[in-house]
Amino acid sequence: MTAHDRANDLRDTDLDLADVDRHLTAIWRTPRSFWGALSTVDHKIIGRRYIVTAFVFLFLGGILSLLMRLQLSRAEARFIGPDRYNQIFTMHGTNMMFLFAVPVMEAIAVYLVPLMVGTRNIAFPRLNAFSYWMFLAGGIVLWAAFIIDAGPDVGWFAYVPLSGPQYGVGKRADIWAQMITFTEVSALAVSVELVVTILKQRAPGMSLDRVPLFVWSMLVTSFMVILAMPAVMIASTSLILDRLVGTQFFNPAEGGDVLLWQHLFWFFGHPEVYIIFLPAVGMVSTIVTTFTRRPVFGYLSMVMALVSTGVLAFGLWVHHMFVAGLPRLGESFFTASSMAIAVPAGLQIFCWLATIWLGRPVCKTPLLFVFGFIITFVIGGMTGVMVASVPFDTQVHDTYFVVAHFHYVLVGGAVFPLLGAIYYWFPKFTGRTMSENLGHWVFALVFTGFHLTFFPMHVLGLAGMPRRVYTYQPELAWSGLNLMISLSALVLASGFLLFAIDVVRSARTGPVAGPNPWGAPTLEWATASPPAPYNFARIPVVRSGEPLWDDEELCVATGLCVDRRELLVSTVASSTPQARESSPRDSIWPLLAAVAASMVLVWSIFTPWAVVWGSIPIAIALIGWFWPKGVPEDES
Amino acid sequence: MKERVVCDVSTLTSHASGAASPAWWGTLAFMVIEGTGFALAIVMYLYLMSIAPAWPIDAPRPDLWAGTAITVLLLASLVPNFLVSRWAKRRDLPKARAGLLVMSCLGIAPLLIRIHEFPALHVGWDRNAYGSIVWLLLGLHTSHVLTDLAETLVLTCLMFTRHSDNARRHDDVADNAMYWNFVVVAWLPIYGCIYWVPRL
Repeated sequence: MTAHDRANDLRDTDLDLADVDRHLTAIWRTPRSFWGALSTVDHKIIGRRYIVTAFVFLFLGGILSLLMRLQLSRAEARFIGPDRYNQIFTMHGTNMMFLFAVPVMEAIAVYLVPLMVGTRNIAFPRLNAFSYWMFLAGGIVLWAAFIIDAGPDVGWFAYVPLSGPQYGVGKRADIWAQMITFTEVSALAVSVELVVTILKQRAPGMSLDRVPLFVWSMLVTSFMVILAMPAVMIASTSLILDRLVGTQFFNPAEGGDVLLWQHLFWFFGHPEVYIIFLPAVGMVSTIVTTFTRRPVFGYLSMVMALVSTGVLAFGLWVHHMFVAGLPRLGESFFTASSMAIAVPAGLQIFCWLATIWLGRPVCKTPLLFVFGFIITFVIGGMTGVMVASVPFDTQVHDTYFVVAHFHYVLVGGAVFPLLGAIYYWFPKFTGRTMSENLGHWVFALVFTGFHLTFFPMHVLGLAGMPRRVYTYQPELAWSGLNLMISLSALVLASGFLLFAIDVVRSARTGPVAGPNPWGAPTLEWATASPPAPYNFARIPVVRSGEPLWDDEELCVATGLCVDRRELLVSTVASSTPQARESSPRDSIWPLLAAVAASMVLVWSIFTPWAVVWGSIPIAIALIGWFWPKGVPEDES
Repeated sequence: MKERVVCDVSTLTSHASGAASPAWWGTLAFMVIEGTGFALAIVMYLYLMSIAPAWPIDAPRPDLWAGTAITVLLLASLVPNFLVSRWAKRRDLPKARAGLLVMSCLGIAPLLIRIHEFPALHVGWDRNAYGSIVWLLLGLHTSHVLTDLAETLVLTCLMFTRHSDNARRHDDVADNAMYWNFVVVAWLPIYGCIYWVPRL
């Protein structure tokens, strides 16, 4: 050791705050240049990019849904042909699930978790940069394919045999399968970073019972990603192998099985719903705490509910396959487990209601979205209990009732809290607050627009309208409701448009926020808005679950180096400091590795040899990434 | 916010080793991801077997010798692997270098045998679902041997450069040894599946 314990090892102990800031800024800052932007590993810059990119995909997916509503607004419309319509609904689902919902939740965590646990950067910051580039590349591949009329057209869960070599001719299904690889690689990478950041980089004193609930929710979510996403990667890889090199996994004529696809997909696909929902739950708990001015009611039961939801989520997948002809006993088991998961969900709802009841609620925009979430999600939860029953599900399977149900759960359960979270954390991201006045309008438009759009779909489904049809005949008497839904969708879209306008306007000219505009209790509000490149000049020390409500002063630790990127590593349970650990500097190699990996993934749609030859540039990029550069961060 | 200093961390070491280090936890997390992948591939194997009227489908049982030789070799490699890990933890550079050279050879050897293992399956990947799943299992494991071998080779080169005299490098060697343990242990259920389940 000790190249670094040399004479110029400069500590923050005897420096005043201005000097600490000067030294830390010099060492942590991302240079304002093109090269700096490509090689940054600052979790805030990457998190911001991730969030903006995911919202761009949300708006693109929204445009697709408006196109579908245009086509369905009257019987036998001729705006969009059946082939393009198939691509559009597949793209809408794929885009919303894989390019918006999961990434946006992880993106918010990439930005906030290191701040909330009081550290200076996410664990494995270069992997974080790599994961963003992979996500971006996956999104570009999917949308580029769609633009050249090669977008996937097999539905977002790409059932075989439709997506297999026999029926899915061309490269459309391969594009879908490879997009899975891109987004899963990036989601798995972020999950590993989050787990390690949460377990090993928490501020001194932040024992597990003082971890903010949003951080808990991201810990559970990350474990779910780690255990669920390999299933869809194995599935999509097997699909590509069937299509490219003639394996027989899903070909019943040669001993394969089409239901194997459904099992593998939904073993991932059902936890996926909770991977999207649990972060939203964490956001709701955070918002409720701040705007009721009291700690959340039943912290321990909230954590237990998160963990049990995470476990139970792996025991429900067959309820997506009730009409596939499985054994009755198995179906009964999955009915029971599907209903059981309503228990932890209900428990959390009651804890939030108790918190609001016992606190002094301040009705700012974020809390409005929480109210919208509770109402909408409860309705979605109730239709969920309904479709958990096999006889009922048999009736409404593949109808608009299911479309209504999962939009209630996903938009109500995740997008409403997400919008609330953006209003809540926007001051931290940009240093400026969004407009309360416009926020109320956004909420009113999105909430009424949503219910007017999706509630009638329950009725349409019960009336027998199947999902994924590009048109219907006038005799079926679905035209009135469909026209109403299409018009309501415009209200919903105008709410999102107003939200986008508010974001752009507030980021430029909104009122300056200050470090803690809401008087919130968690650590991200203990630093400037937006935070300095090093997050905290001195690492905070925590003595309760609401550290900023304890005291007028922030307890901090000293003794860290200011001449290398350094943060504290602490024990898993009690968060006792163990070591001063370095954090990697900026590097261009994660981008180069992502470019190499993207080339291989796209190339391998056409020939298996891509994997052989493509492994060479990937290996070169990884060696460049990990080879020590002789900087202080490489020393020990 | 005003700050009050309540804690001094200047006496802590400037690098965390073993289970204290984020890198160790990251390695563990990737092992969980890949372990889940292996487990799911084995579930696929058992699922396809459960719906097949006869197993293996239209093929003789795979020859035992190549797979068994690899199993013995991999298990034997655990001993030097354990020693490398111990030397690295003791920061014993000469021994760690020697151990890494041995482990590089022990990474190459199973790959040489594996060249003969694929033909010993007596079925093509495109013949039927049985062929597909045994090739997938074997391919999945081979890719892990390959990536760990590449990592070991790079680390071996690194340990012969000026960067080697560094606790961080020694910890990298120990984490790499931990990953090799995973590659070996993950092989055992796959070996059982490919070679012994058809003989049950």
